[in-house]
Amino acid sequence: MDSVVGTGGEVAIFWIIAPLMVIAALALLFARKPVHAAVGLIFVMIGMAFLYTMLEAPFLGVAQVVVYTGAIMILFVFVLMLVGVDAADAAVDTLKAQRWVAYVLGAGLVAVLAGVIVTATLPDAVGLEVANANTNPAGVAHVIFGATVFTLELVGVLLIVAALSAITLTHREALQQARNQKATVRLRQRAYARGEGSQVLTPMPAPGVYAEHNAADVPALDPYGRPIDISVPRVLRIRGQELDPASFDGHVAQIAEGRYLSRPPAPTPEQSAAALAAEADLERAVVTETVEDMLAEERGDLPEPESDHESEPTDDGRSDLEEKGDRS
Amino acid sequence: MHYLVLSSILFTIGAVTVLTRRNAILAFMGVELMLNSCNLALVTFSRVHGQLTGQVMAFYVMVVAAAEVVVGLAIIVSIYRARRTVSVDEPSLLKG
Repeated sequence: MDSVVGTGGEVAIFWIIAPLMVIAALALLFARKPVHAAVGLIFVMIGMAFLYTMLEAPFLGVAQVVVYTGAIMILFVFVLMLVGVDAADAAVDTLKAQRWVAYVLGAGLVAVLAGVIVTATLPDAVGLEVANANTNPAGVAHVIFGATVFTLELVGVLLIVAALSAITLTHREALQQARNQKATVRLRQRAYARGEGSQVLTPMPAPGVYAEHNAADVPALDPYGRPIDISVPRVLRIRGQELDPASFDGHVAQIAEGRYLSRPPAPTPEQSAAALAAEADLERAVVTETVEDMLAEERGDLPEPESDHESEPTDDGRSDLEEKGDRS
Repeated sequence: MHYLVLSSILFTIGAVTVLTRRNAILAFMGVELMLNSCNLALVTFSRVHGQLTGQVMAFYVMVVAAAEVVVGLAIIVSIYRARRTVSVDEPSLLKG
């Protein structure tokens, strides 16, 4: 009966590896998380490499480890990571009966295949001692590069086409130009000059640091003791998790009265509002000017600054040369 | 003979995986398992007949499987980008 499985040691190893492989393969069917299934499949592949080596095919055993566990399964795990490890199966099976039908059909397939194999009369195993006389890789290479060399070249073409197709399939056109820091600043300045957007040119004030509390939900206070809404992160504001600055009014009043720090009394609300408005007007005027300059520069009305920039280094170079000449 | 039975068991597990799992990547792993079990049968027959042709066939199967995985996973990734899903039930544009 054991026409294929040879010596006792081989039988023992087979009976150790084969059940483990089947259990690991069942992880494909029953594991909830795709990563567990991938690990099970890797185990099956490595076990397969052991079996190849026992079947007098050490070249294929090594290739199995290199190609399957080393490349293909890594690719699988990589794509799993890309797609999201938590991407579980759909909760609703579109065809509920299909699962059980598939199980029954699978059992039937095993029964038929195993029945055929068990009842078939296989010839006595010839073994590969003769074919592997000149080492197995050499023998395999003799067949690959001898009888099937044209197939090998076709396979090479196939690999190149596959690589190219993978590149084109996953290629994504750049829909818009990447926004760098300079462009962002320009956009923000333009929005400010037009009176749109958040009307803040500087980085947002950090929450809480000007008040007594340093939590992220406490708005910062400006020098006039008023809460700055934009200092609280936008998400907190949208969710309504922002703390009411009015609850700190008592502390603020105490600070303003100089109870904690000795400093001049705070201006009245009218004064502070007027000062703020004046400040904002001045700032807006300056920014509008610079934005207009920028626009003009883009239109090409003011080519001088660019030529200035270009001429500067040459001037420097000349002066450097002159200096060197003086020294020599 | 033991090897052939193991090969058929693994092949069936792979086939049932393809039939039942909804995750495209898992179904793809089932295909890989089927290819592997076929390789095992090929190598076994190579030993039975005392010729290396079976091993060479297994080698070619391996290479083609690698190319197939590359293209298949690229398709899965591009579908995921377009639809945010890897379920094999979702893309049904061709249903008519």
